[in-house]
Amino acid sequence: MTAAATSHPVRPPFWRDVRVLRWVFQIVVLAVVALVLAWLYSNYRTNVARTKIPTNFKFLDRPANFEIPGNGMSQTAPVRNALVQGLLNTLRVAVAGLILATVLGTLIGIGRLSKNAVIRALCTVYVETIRNIPLLLLLLFANLGLVLQVLPRLTNAWQPLGIAVFSNRGIAIPWYVGSGWTLLAIITIGIIGARLVALWRQNAFDRTGAPARTGLWSAAVFVATTAIGWIAFGYHVTTPEVAERITIGGMRLDPSFFALLFALVVYTASHIAEIVRGSIQAVDRGQDEAAQALAFSGFQRLWFVVLPQAFRIAVPPLGNQYLNLIKNSSLGAAISYFELTNVTQISVANSSPPVPAFALALAVYLVISLVVSGLVNVWNRRLALVTR
Amino acid sequence: MNSPTRMSRFRAWARHNLFRTWPDGIVTVVFGSLAIYVALRLLNYVFVTGRWDVVRRNLKLLLVGRFPDDELYKVVIAVAVSALWGGVLAGLVIGRQRRAGTYIEQPKTPAKHIGLLVARFWPILAGVAVLLALSESFGPWIATLVIAASALAGRAVGLTVAGPVSSAPLPVKAILGLVLAAVPLVAVVALANVTGWDDWGGFMVNLTIAAAAIVLCFPLGVLLALGRASKLPLLKATCTAYIEIFRGSPLFVLLLLANNALEFFVPRSIAPGVVVRAVIVFTLFTAAYVAEIVRGGLQSVPPGQDEAAKALGLSPARTTLLITMPQALRNVIPAQIGQFISLFKDVTLAGTAMGVFDLLNVGRGITKQPEFAGLRLDVESLAFVALLFWVGSYTMSRESQRLEKKLGVGT
Repeated sequence: MTAAATSHPVRPPFWRDVRVLRWVFQIVVLAVVALVLAWLYSNYRTNVARTKIPTNFKFLDRPANFEIPGNGMSQTAPVRNALVQGLLNTLRVAVAGLILATVLGTLIGIGRLSKNAVIRALCTVYVETIRNIPLLLLLLFANLGLVLQVLPRLTNAWQPLGIAVFSNRGIAIPWYVGSGWTLLAIITIGIIGARLVALWRQNAFDRTGAPARTGLWSAAVFVATTAIGWIAFGYHVTTPEVAERITIGGMRLDPSFFALLFALVVYTASHIAEIVRGSIQAVDRGQDEAAQALAFSGFQRLWFVVLPQAFRIAVPPLGNQYLNLIKNSSLGAAISYFELTNVTQISVANSSPPVPAFALALAVYLVISLVVSGLVNVWNRRLALVTR
Repeated sequence: MNSPTRMSRFRAWARHNLFRTWPDGIVTVVFGSLAIYVALRLLNYVFVTGRWDVVRRNLKLLLVGRFPDDELYKVVIAVAVSALWGGVLAGLVIGRQRRAGTYIEQPKTPAKHIGLLVARFWPILAGVAVLLALSESFGPWIATLVIAASALAGRAVGLTVAGPVSSAPLPVKAILGLVLAAVPLVAVVALANVTGWDDWGGFMVNLTIAAAAIVLCFPLGVLLALGRASKLPLLKATCTAYIEIFRGSPLFVLLLLANNALEFFVPRSIAPGVVVRAVIVFTLFTAAYVAEIVRGGLQSVPPGQDEAAKALGLSPARTTLLITMPQALRNVIPAQIGQFISLFKDVTLAGTAMGVFDLLNVGRGITKQPEFAGLRLDVESLAFVALLFWVGSYTMSRESQRLEKKLGVGT
């Protein structure tokens, strides 16, 4: 091939030029998608014009006309408030569920690799049973079976040690009295303080080689800050008691909250257990053996050597399970737990326009999903091995 | 001198697995007795205290919904045809493996053969046994026999035709493939003509919705994955937006939206009924997840494969179709089956969100029948429903694990 031929290539005609074809192809695909969307939108416009259903979000300011028990929301409050209460209920069950499911799932995942045959068998039966049953079925079972059939009536409620009340009207647990926001602020200050002290200790260790003991120091700072704040702002704990037909004091968890939490935790834990088991098995056996050679105890080997490496592998799939749990909390609507989906559904039944209302709910779930997956990515990056 | 007897081997096993240390022994005793207690309570519940009449009387409703009684044989025929079809496929696959030398020969004695089959399919056998035990007539017995016989017959046919088919010219193969693919479709559509889709109910509607959505979501998912993995910016952005929006939305809300708002977006004349509507939502939703799984598979194919194909002068389309995609799909078979298992379980959501008369919905409804209302039979009814779902999902997950081992792929 001569130099002249390579420096002046003959341009192919445009219908055979890959660079042109690529863009033509993309524009065609995009045009088809746009046409479909435009068709859907024009149908929507004609249908709302015919039925005179509003398409804006003014419905948020209209009175809700329904109550949310347990949240103290009256019928005259606007739909906006109802949706906020629904979102708070979603977050409440999701946060409690995430923590409990992680703990239970990790324990069961470790249990599946136990040297004890009984523990191994029990954990395997748990995982293989729960994982293969629909979540909705578990939820109905928790609601119709556990809450309504197993829990006693309030008149003969279980009161273990007098600190909690279990009945089919809900579960009441000891709770603090005082402002939640102030407590959140106190805890935040405690965490920041603990973090600062940990950094200081790490720094001291790097400079002088004195034992860092970051865990001990930061725990002490956190406990001290919280205790001082607790006393200074006059917080105290009340335990629930049965009085006539209600419980007084403490915090009452609605039966539907309990059922939803139970189902979400039990179901998600079975999936998390499989992730944890797979991740532990993926950690090089040599790590465990080396720790054994250094005379680490069984717990130390697990806690300091195997689990930190296993979680590095487990974080991305774990994040998916967290997202699933949050989205699955929408099933609360099936047992009348007043979370976001249920509140949206009820407000649509109370003549809120369906399309804007559900679009709003979907947007909120999307935002939650994005935030959580963002946090999981940050966590993943922090745990990831630093290589060249 | 003393070869290890069965007893001493058991003692060694117990020492190693149950009573390794003192705390270990305590754990064994405590949890072991707890497990035995719970198991006894369960057995007592299943055989003594459980009131299974609610399931027994409604067995037909739970399985096939309100399908007309005198047309039931058509359901059996459709299932038998599908079983025959599955048998033929299995036979063809085994024949192919035998010729390729990858087939693991089963032990020859019939007893061992049956033992292996039971070990492999015990969840299904247990489910069928429960169904037969609960049945009040001979119908289910006959149906079971017909279906099992047609599956075995199909397998035999598949094995005998495997040889001729493999040496047949390509057009014949293609036509045979199309005929095979059409068989279950025709069977189901013929059934749907008996009653409309929306009068379907029970486990039958769960299986149909799941199967339809699985078949439909797969091509869409593969296309989306290719779009997201491509270097074309507009295409990539469109596919990414689709995938992320569907993955970020709760399925339950999408189903509610389809139930409440679909009439706004499509003309009423073509707005489908609930069953078809559910199939559409499940297809669109699962396609986003399938796309992510396939994308993972595409990333797991070493770049050298793609480069080698280019070096051989294959066009991009052929490279994808013949080189990267087969390897990618093979790598993600277990993940795909996992996604299909969750789809199978998620069909229950359509019952609550859209009022599809699915198995779980039937299970909730039968406890409210006049003769059973107020008896608190929810646990009995839900337990039966759970058993059917468990048999389906557990079988799929076990078969997926088998396949994973066989193909040497997986997580």
